Amino acid sequence: MLKELKAPLAILAELSHRCPLSCAYCSNPIELVEKNKELDTNDWLRVIDEAADLGVHQIHFSGGEPTVRKDLEQMVEHAHKRKLYTNLITSAVLLTRERLEKLKKLGLEHVQVSFQDSERENANHIGNFKGGHEKKLEVAKWVRELGMPLTINAVMHRQNLQNLGNMIKMSVDLDADRLEVANVQYYGWALKNRAAFMPTKDQLESSMEIVEKARKDLKGILVIDYVLPDYYAKRPKSCMGGWGRQFLNISPEGKVLPCHAAETIKSFKFDNVKDKSLSWIWENSEPFNKFRGTDWMPSPCKTCDRREIDWGGCRCQALALTGDVGAVDPTCEFSPLHEKIFGSATEESSHEAPEFIYRLPSNQEVEPVKK
Amino acid sequence: MKERLLLKNETIPIIPSHVRFEYNEVRKEWVLLAPERALYPDPIAIEVLKKCDGKISIQLIGEDLAKKYKAPVEKIIKDIITMLQDLADKGFLKKC
Repeated sequence: MLKELKAPLAILAELSHRCPLSCAYCSNPIELVEKNKELDTNDWLRVIDEAADLGVHQIHFSGGEPTVRKDLEQMVEHAHKRKLYTNLITSAVLLTRERLEKLKKLGLEHVQVSFQDSERENANHIGNFKGGHEKKLEVAKWVRELGMPLTINAVMHRQNLQNLGNMIKMSVDLDADRLEVANVQYYGWALKNRAAFMPTKDQLESSMEIVEKARKDLKGILVIDYVLPDYYAKRPKSCMGGWGRQFLNISPEGKVLPCHAAETIKSFKFDNVKDKSLSWIWENSEPFNKFRGTDWMPSPCKTCDRREIDWGGCRCQALALTGDVGAVDPTCEFSPLHEKIFGSATEESSHEAPEFIYRLPSNQEVEPVKK
Repeated sequence: MKERLLLKNETIPIIPSHVRFEYNEVRKEWVLLAPERALYPDPIAIEVLKKCDGKISIQLIGEDLAKKYKAPVEKIIKDIITMLQDLADKGFLKKC
């Protein structure tokens, strides 16, 4: 058993990178894991056992789209049996009511449905999936009819922030318990489309007002999670609650990552659940230990009074924006690059938004669908 | 549209079915688990939450604890309501 290091609270199980949608902001890696490389059922069931033995509380079944896996039922059932709190993070478009009902019976405790917008046409344009929005609304209703708690996940950006108020209203109308307003994170595929998504400063200011008012008006009715987009923030977000501190992420092929974008750090070799136990990896894996705690931090992080709040921000972002994975997260105002980053965001958002570059399962870029 | 639950002395609080209040044997700690959230209640909160079983009112919970800790019942009830209202607003608690 682990001694000083606390066990992770939650694991994000990315069952597959396959997904029927092709959102232009997809944060999965450019190189997707192919179906024949995915972990099999027994691997996942063993991982669930190892997580429960470690003392993990929650398991989030995610992807890609987790419902593409026909063995999702077995995993939910097993996780529930091992007393893990089970959460399904889904685009919802593949679900039937029968399957949802079955998953509930097997122990599914919470469903999180992603929405691309509150407006049908724009939503389906962003996800590049005809009929998607209508189906999502239907599934969200089933979730509540079956008595399960519902979180709406709304990825917001320049092209839908004007509908934030409607998104909140939609969440209330759907009787959701929680709305997660996620600003686009520019990792993986999303980075290709940054200029199309980067919000303007005005948009952000008004969106913060909307959220603050709604939080007050909807107290006890809808919980709204909202994080300021990095590029306009003064301090970095505490990414994953600190590197290797609370969460671990398992990729479809079994690599254990401190966060789902960590594979962008090419210098790391990530251990695989096929070779090592989860407990060994959590404790000994080199990438996990590299940025754990505060010893690795550069100045000014090392002496910052927020060092155990922000935990040095996001390593993937530091790498993407500075070329140095160990650098101060440039979204922090104490980074020498902060002004430049802020400037590039303002600059990008001041131009007309370019067309999306969609991702396809084949990894090939395709011509954008005209609105 | 649902309404905000405002707790009063006579409210009978209960932890809803999708929220789990349990002792984790591996971690050796009590935890309140809800969608994407885990809270670690302090010893007093643990005692209160154990009584949120849908059987007794906040008034009775307060009287029990006042007796146990030899403290004024009004003050205890006020503290319980403050604590539980916060949990209710986050969706961790409902009334019976």
